[in-house]
Amino acid sequence: MKIGLFIPCFMNELYPEASMATYKLLQKLDFDIEYPTNQTCCGQPMANSGCSKDVKSLAINFVNNFKKYDYIVAPSGSCVTMVKEHYATFFNHDDIDYNKVKTSIYEITEFLHDVIKPENLNFSQLSFPHKVGLHNSCHGHRALGLGSPTELNIPYNSKLENILSLVPNIELVELNRRDECCGFGGTFCVTEDAVSTAMGRDRIQDHIDSNVEVMTGADMSCLMHLQGLINRENKKLKVLHIAQILLGKDK
Amino acid sequence: MTSKELILDKIRKNNIVPKADLPEYDNFGITYENKFEEFSKILQTVGGDAISTSKEKLDEVILSLYADEKVIVSNVEESKLGNFIANDESDPHNLKHIDLAIVKGQFAVAENGSVWLKNNDNRHRSLYFIAQNIIIVVKKSDILNNMHEAYEQISFEDKGYGVFVSGPSKTADIEQSLVIGAHGPKSGYVIFID
Amino acid sequence: MASHPINATKYVANDERMHWHDKALWFVREKRDKAAHGIPEWEQLRSYASTIKTHTMNKLDYYLEEFEKNASAKGIKVHWAKDGVEHNEIVHKLLKERSVTKLVKSKSMLTEECHLNPYLEQRGIEVIDTDLGERIVQLRNEPPSHIVLPAIHLKKMDVSDTFHEHLGTEKGNDDPTYLTRVARASLREDFLTAGAGLTGVNFAISETGGVVVCTNEGNADMGASLPKLHIASMGMEKIIPRLKDLSVFTRLLARSATGQAITSYTSHFHQPVEGGEMHIIIVDNKRAEFLANEKYRQALNCIRCGACMNTCPVYRRSGGHSYEHVIPGPIGSTIAAFKEPEKHSSLPFACTLCGSCTNVCPAKIDLDSQLYNHRQDLAQAGHLPTSKMLSMKIMTYLFNRPKLLDFAGYVGRKVVPKLPKFLIYNKFNVWGKTRDIPEFPEHSFKELYAKMQKEEREENDK
Repeated sequence: MKIGLFIPCFMNELYPEASMATYKLLQKLDFDIEYPTNQTCCGQPMANSGCSKDVKSLAINFVNNFKKYDYIVAPSGSCVTMVKEHYATFFNHDDIDYNKVKTSIYEITEFLHDVIKPENLNFSQLSFPHKVGLHNSCHGHRALGLGSPTELNIPYNSKLENILSLVPNIELVELNRRDECCGFGGTFCVTEDAVSTAMGRDRIQDHIDSNVEVMTGADMSCLMHLQGLINRENKKLKVLHIAQILLGKDK
Repeated sequence: MTSKELILDKIRKNNIVPKADLPEYDNFGITYENKFEEFSKILQTVGGDAISTSKEKLDEVILSLYADEKVIVSNVEESKLGNFIANDESDPHNLKHIDLAIVKGQFAVAENGSVWLKNNDNRHRSLYFIAQNIIIVVKKSDILNNMHEAYEQISFEDKGYGVFVSGPSKTADIEQSLVIGAHGPKSGYVIFID
Repeated sequence: MASHPINATKYVANDERMHWHDKALWFVREKRDKAAHGIPEWEQLRSYASTIKTHTMNKLDYYLEEFEKNASAKGIKVHWAKDGVEHNEIVHKLLKERSVTKLVKSKSMLTEECHLNPYLEQRGIEVIDTDLGERIVQLRNEPPSHIVLPAIHLKKMDVSDTFHEHLGTEKGNDDPTYLTRVARASLREDFLTAGAGLTGVNFAISETGGVVVCTNEGNADMGASLPKLHIASMGMEKIIPRLKDLSVFTRLLARSATGQAITSYTSHFHQPVEGGEMHIIIVDNKRAEFLANEKYRQALNCIRCGACMNTCPVYRRSGGHSYEHVIPGPIGSTIAAFKEPEKHSSLPFACTLCGSCTNVCPAKIDLDSQLYNHRQDLAQAGHLPTSKMLSMKIMTYLFNRPKLLDFAGYVGRKVVPKLPKFLIYNKFNVWGKTRDIPEFPEHSFKELYAKMQKEEREENDK
């Protein structure tokens, strides 16, 4: 089984540690993983700005890079959503390569939960004795179904919680607003920076009010925005990508 | 071209909305072990209350709730408290002094604490709103589970007017504070009789 | 040109009030959640609502004609208005012919859309908005900021000041019960002296020719049943096929709007009062255009519950007036961008595409997809700022050239950490206004991976 590792553009440049954690997590599970070096960006920033026409070349490049893998795994719910939901317009509906890519692409925790399955995972050698707040990033949560959105009348579920609770001594803390948006929203964070900042601050305060020590999530873009506010305002809150916790990084 | 023709023409041109079959609602919808209990619970949350009594004790119960009301209208044959005949007035404005209206409800709906009022022999529908207080009298056997069951009982082939009433009038428009008594009655009860 | 970000920035600046507004609306969202989670078949109800609306829009012409036929048979007169101006003309004519000088009006977003009040007032007719929230904003001469809770942006002291000025209440007395009682007395006089009552329409039933109006205050009924003339204004998309379909909508509407199981009054008007007249005005005003557009047609399925704005994190923190459109929030943004794209080009971007609105919509309207699609349409039509388009073109250029991208990243990681703060944090760095930039690492993941691969190869060669 060959896995293609898809690292979001900004994670490659700015968050190599979280990217490497994803790689090493998969490596630990004895997979044959490859990182195709011609990958660049899924095109989400352009598409969200209205320039999805410009994304076509990126989409074609993406499918070409990844079509040979049995699974494609990425540490980002929003990038995976981009490929699954917004690439269709660039391909014929019966395009074999795109259809294969679309159905074999996963966010890392989703992959661990749905493909490997929790009962086959072993994190017993780890210990993370900290109060952890889970930030449910919107695309992963609502578009990929990583968790049950609070708006819907459906049974409670959280793939991220299910995986995290396998880590010994971890204490998952309940927040006041379990799945409210952090306000990153792509270019929204600069075009509507006042509201974006207000939303981010409120998310941070929710974690602080709930006595969280470490904030985690499956989307580095949200965490980047929140970390930026935490640092500027000297808040006592550590931020880690979920892959880092699962690999055994201590806070 | 009249506006009607213009509008219908525009609708017909380029309408790409797909076809869809309308649903049916038989055996659909929440049901309750104890409909009266559910009904009362909800009615209490909206400023009303439900009481169960016999038709003989109806007026006694009403007087225990409203001892001092002066002008009372009743279109319920089990009550003798009416001292003003609303139906005799041709102008609904003359109903403005009514303190208490005792009206008949066709049936109650457990899921939302509402009662359906459709009294074709009630001359002025404004009676239900212009009275300062209201009592709705329903038969104990006339409680339904949900709105699907309710609409099975309703027809407008004979024109008319009907209204689901759930509690007295209310508003929360001032900083979200619930105030019971807006423009309709400022208090209300539902009394179930056998 | 309407600009949400500029208005929102001002709103956010009053931190205390912004948080108060956010909490007030979140509370309504929580009440809605409680109600929705109390009905096991809730998600099925939403599917039914979506199906009923789709079915109806597919045959809208048929259902409207049936509606007119059935209403007329009950002695109700039906009028058709192609736009807002014609709607206002019809209303005015009806009032003038009957020498009505005072009109009481219950909540109708349609009449806001048509700007009915100023039209009538300019022609000598006094218009009294009787919904308490609407009355408050009317006295303050401002538009409503929410379609169901028109005065949600006001604190009780604001209302107290307004009532003191216009209704003579005690100065400084902001007790909601006291203020409501005064409004009750004042508006009761208006109901009793009005020559006509105008209501909106929540649902129009094709099968029976009647209309349904839902209120908590009882103002629609007081207004429609005391004067001899009742006018009901409806957007043509309010039509539903059968009486029994109301069972679905009456179960969804109030729960979605405020978390109540049902409004205090759900009135079914099927004839005028004794000796009176009832008129219904069916309004198009650019609704028909939606039927031809696959991307936006579902916007017509809206039952005006307001759930989408209650859940929208952006609406809650920027307030309805920031949208500069009669209907704010997610549904308002998609409708506005469809009808007047250039004027409202900032609205589809007043959104993080979080998807919460789509999940709370009782009619399952694909709101977040519509806002995403509007962004593409706006870009295509050239309504987006050049600077934005340019930066996207630059990014695309880079992303199409992996080696160039790698080089740019390499340079960035070498240079940025060494730059003095004032070069990083200045007015050109909007991110840096309130956030620190991320720490630039020494190597990219790609560089680390390449190094790792090289070391592995060297190991294997040994």
